[in-house]
Amino acid sequence: MIEVKDLTKAFGERTAVDHVSFVVNKGEILGFLGPNGAGKTTTMRILTGFLPATSGTARVAGFDVFNDSLEVRKRIGYLPENPPLYMDMTVSAYLEFVARIKNVPAENRKARINDAMEKTNIQDKRHELIKRLSRGYKQRVGLAQALVHDPEVIILDEPTVGLDPKQIIEVRHLIKSLAGSHTIILSTHILPEVSMTCDRVVIINRGRIAAIDTPANLTTQLKGGQHVRVVAEADQNAVCAAIRELPGVRRVSGEPEGGNGLVAVTVEAEAGQDVRSQIAAKVVGKGWPLYELRGVSLSLEDIFLELTTEDSEHASSVAN
Amino acid sequence: MKGMYAVYRKEMGHYFVSPVAYIIVAVFLILTAYFFNRLLALIIQQSFEASLESIQGGGAPPFDVPSLVMRNFFGIVSTLLLFLTPMLTMSVYAEERRRGTMELLMTSPVTDLQIVLGKFFASFTLLVIMLFPTALGFAYILHHSEPSAPWRVLGSEYLGVLLLGGALLALGSFFSSMTESQLIAAMLTFGAILLLWVVDFGSQAASTALSSALDYLSVFRHYDDFTRGVIDTSNLIFYLSFIVLGIFLTVRSVDSMRWRRA
Repeated sequence: MIEVKDLTKAFGERTAVDHVSFVVNKGEILGFLGPNGAGKTTTMRILTGFLPATSGTARVAGFDVFNDSLEVRKRIGYLPENPPLYMDMTVSAYLEFVARIKNVPAENRKARINDAMEKTNIQDKRHELIKRLSRGYKQRVGLAQALVHDPEVIILDEPTVGLDPKQIIEVRHLIKSLAGSHTIILSTHILPEVSMTCDRVVIINRGRIAAIDTPANLTTQLKGGQHVRVVAEADQNAVCAAIRELPGVRRVSGEPEGGNGLVAVTVEAEAGQDVRSQIAAKVVGKGWPLYELRGVSLSLEDIFLELTTEDSEHASSVAN
Repeated sequence: MKGMYAVYRKEMGHYFVSPVAYIIVAVFLILTAYFFNRLLALIIQQSFEASLESIQGGGAPPFDVPSLVMRNFFGIVSTLLLFLTPMLTMSVYAEERRRGTMELLMTSPVTDLQIVLGKFFASFTLLVIMLFPTALGFAYILHHSEPSAPWRVLGSEYLGVLLLGGALLALGSFFSSMTESQLIAAMLTFGAILLLWVVDFGSQAASTALSSALDYLSVFRHYDDFTRGVIDTSNLIFYLSFIVLGIFLTVRSVDSMRWRRA
């Protein structure tokens, strides 16, 4: 449904998007994950035809976003970072305007507007002026605006910003329910959002793609082996050396814990190896009091940090 | 076409749900009513004095009060447009840019030209609405005055004021599309109109190519003929090309937002 190939966008000296390529299949939800300023918004703006790319191509439903911009725009519903609302309009007048400008035929207009309001749960505010609405309602009107013409592709730039926790859950449910009949790209810097809603994740940093995969695969793949945390009372170097000898252990690092002679050791095992019982046996066998031993599951957050910081280290080493 | 109509409807709604349109129209009508009143009093007095002279000396030309009133009145209307058009156009793009709604328009299936034309026709409609009550008044006067001034003079005067207004609105829209600040848009428009008004200042004396070119550029010079009831094709072409140029530049300016926005 969406094919992006070698997309690059430079603003003067600064390259906001650097040779980004990905494909989104019909009915899929793709999450764009990255720190602020990573190039998420720019990529989305190129897809919606708001910005032209410096080089590379992007196609939506087979149409090039630059050469067939109008065809692409007919098929896209877009919620920018700041919802594009006319403060002096009522909610229903605003949605009517958007329906008209998005070419919704007159006979469907009313039904489409009601449907969008129902999905975003704003029917009770339909006669309110937009400027009188709370931040959360404004965000939902923005979301309704992106749905009103029943587009094939929906692009949402940080759709849950400004919502309270209950509304965030509602919006996530809404997005999930839209998948299948719609192809969705959403961006966020909130990690749980991605693992909860998206079929696939693009981790983007400094304009480059750091990883593309399903949230589950990303977690297992990048986690590599099991991580184990051991706290014992002993000499730090001795413990590390002892554990390093064990088969299946890839990496060991230790640091003083608390200051009363305890050492915390983080052990990274080879993929598919469970080293916990061996570590316990070893530590106890050496006569060191064992205080704690547990598996640490790497969250998407850790992966994200790992990927994005590795990338910046790489970039700075290249610069040096 | 549909997209243009959608933009037009939205702009009209914007003018009339906010107090902007009502205030501008009210200010215009109050000022024109006041000037009309003073003009009429002045010209009636002059015609009275002229008829006194003709009784004493005889042979004074007949005094055409309706035509004189109309001609002077439309001179005043053109001056009022200098002040009012910047206010009509200052927000059309500047506000959309500031609020981020330009992003909605520019990612909708409408061309830049449709956006620009929709907005231009909306501001032009407001100009027509603003002028309409004065036309009713003049129709009443012409109907009852004896001898009546020719209707086509009134027609040419309104054609002139609409063309002049359209040109100023096209210019104002262009300046509004270049900035996010309404104040800057209004100031630039006001300055540009003023410059185009006085650009022929002092050029009558000299007769170089430059002075005749400056003479030609003066937007109000082309307006004079219309107030006398003369519809000159060169004046028509001047205003129409001015409007087309303004719309073209605005389309380019809207398009350029895509290229420079970081």
